[in-house]
Amino acid sequence: MSVAEGPIAPATPVRSTQPMIVFDKVVKRFGDNVVLRELDFSVAPGEHVTLIGPSGSGKTTILRLLMTLERCDGGTIRVGEDYLTHMERGGKLVPADERHLRKVRRRIGMVFQQFNLFPNMTVLGNLTEAPVRVLGLSREAAGARARDLLELVGLTGKADARPAQLSGGQQQRVAIARALAMRPDVLLLDEVTSALDPELVAGVLNLLKDIATSTDITMVCVTHEMGFAREVSDRVLMFDRGQVVEQAPPEKLFTEPDQQRTRDFLRAVLDRA
Amino acid sequence: MTRHAPFLAQSRFWDWGYARDILPALLRGVVVTFEATALGSVLAFGLGLVLALLLRAPFWPVRALVRGLIEFVRSTPLLVQVLLIFFVLPDYGITLSPLTAGVIALGTHYGTYTADVYRAGIDAVPRGQWEAATALSLPRRRVWTGVILPQAVPRVLPALGNYVISMFKDTPVLLAISVGELVRAAQEAGAQTFRYVEPFTMAGLLFLLLSYPSSILVRRLERRVGG
Repeated sequence: MSVAEGPIAPATPVRSTQPMIVFDKVVKRFGDNVVLRELDFSVAPGEHVTLIGPSGSGKTTILRLLMTLERCDGGTIRVGEDYLTHMERGGKLVPADERHLRKVRRRIGMVFQQFNLFPNMTVLGNLTEAPVRVLGLSREAAGARARDLLELVGLTGKADARPAQLSGGQQQRVAIARALAMRPDVLLLDEVTSALDPELVAGVLNLLKDIATSTDITMVCVTHEMGFAREVSDRVLMFDRGQVVEQAPPEKLFTEPDQQRTRDFLRAVLDRA
Repeated sequence: MTRHAPFLAQSRFWDWGYARDILPALLRGVVVTFEATALGSVLAFGLGLVLALLLRAPFWPVRALVRGLIEFVRSTPLLVQVLLIFFVLPDYGITLSPLTAGVIALGTHYGTYTADVYRAGIDAVPRGQWEAATALSLPRRRVWTGVILPQAVPRVLPALGNYVISMFKDTPVLLAISVGELVRAAQEAGAQTFRYVEPFTMAGLLFLLLSYPSSILVRRLERRVGG
């Protein structure tokens, strides 16, 4: 079974030229600290974009804004044809209410650095909870999908295990499967291998590469794994101080970046590795 | 009977025969004490949870009001609350049996303590759990019932258990409104013979006999849930 027609094909394949994600002059502050300053960028449907840059440059904040875990202080974010931060009412844009957020949020899935599996549920429970409660699938249908996804992530037979009984790498695979179970159009990956033991990193990255190459899901990743960024990305965005310093296909950005800031950052990161 | 019995039986300090005679009455008191504690605990667990959730209400006046209520109930003696519920509420058309009034007083009083127990348990659930639930678009109600409370409540069971033991030892307050609990039973037994050594000593020992194993149980539970 190919993945594209399997359990993780997005529910609403977007085949238009309209961007999937648009940030328009987005501002985010934490107190006096301005994390994003009038940030503009967009992501096309099916595109795989990687955000790199020093810590504190606002990369993770971008993912958290998209997942509505943070509210932005200025500007607008659009996902598909809907505003994420606002909604149209009487021809005017007003801040989004909880119901609107819930609707737009459904198109987006997120995988966290710390996995954040629900420890009180089995692996199967983690995968079926939202499809049953949110999408209204029957337990049987959600269970069947969950088993397909477990096969995809290489964890057949772990359905009845508790998260605590799994290794970090296995937990992160379950978390990826859990996000995919909702058939999101956009998958956000927030430093998904940073909390893993080094020997477990490759397995998770290979799984993500498979998903990236075999589906038309839109991916936005924040990662320090430059090798992974190079292999899966259509485009790499270099961030610093809440702004895009430079963006280019990986083969250009990693070999002949235009900006000195990018060169310094890459040298620092690649030396460390 | 041992050979000391005849001596002890005539002792001015302790009369075994008398002790045996009043034991059934005291045990009936134990049953009432258990009833009050059990029903009071159920109320305290339920009310505490409701208060804990209200303490997280998005609308701040609700939080302030609930916090004020909690502090008010905690800062006034349980005995006053018991008397108020039993003797003053009838003026407003609410007449309660002594046991019902006592259970409401115990449950309300301890509910203000269990509220903070739940609150601590809820606060201890990592932020990432809320975020994962949001990322999956789970409805708010389900986030509480499916994700947060199943993690928060087991962790606070020992603390709740300790409050049950405290409540158990506070039940004698109810003798003020003539609930026939253990100490009241002891008092009544003593009043008939003017001998109080045996009934009150036995009442005390019965409390010890019941609460000490319970606290060992709670400590074991603490170790199981990891504090």
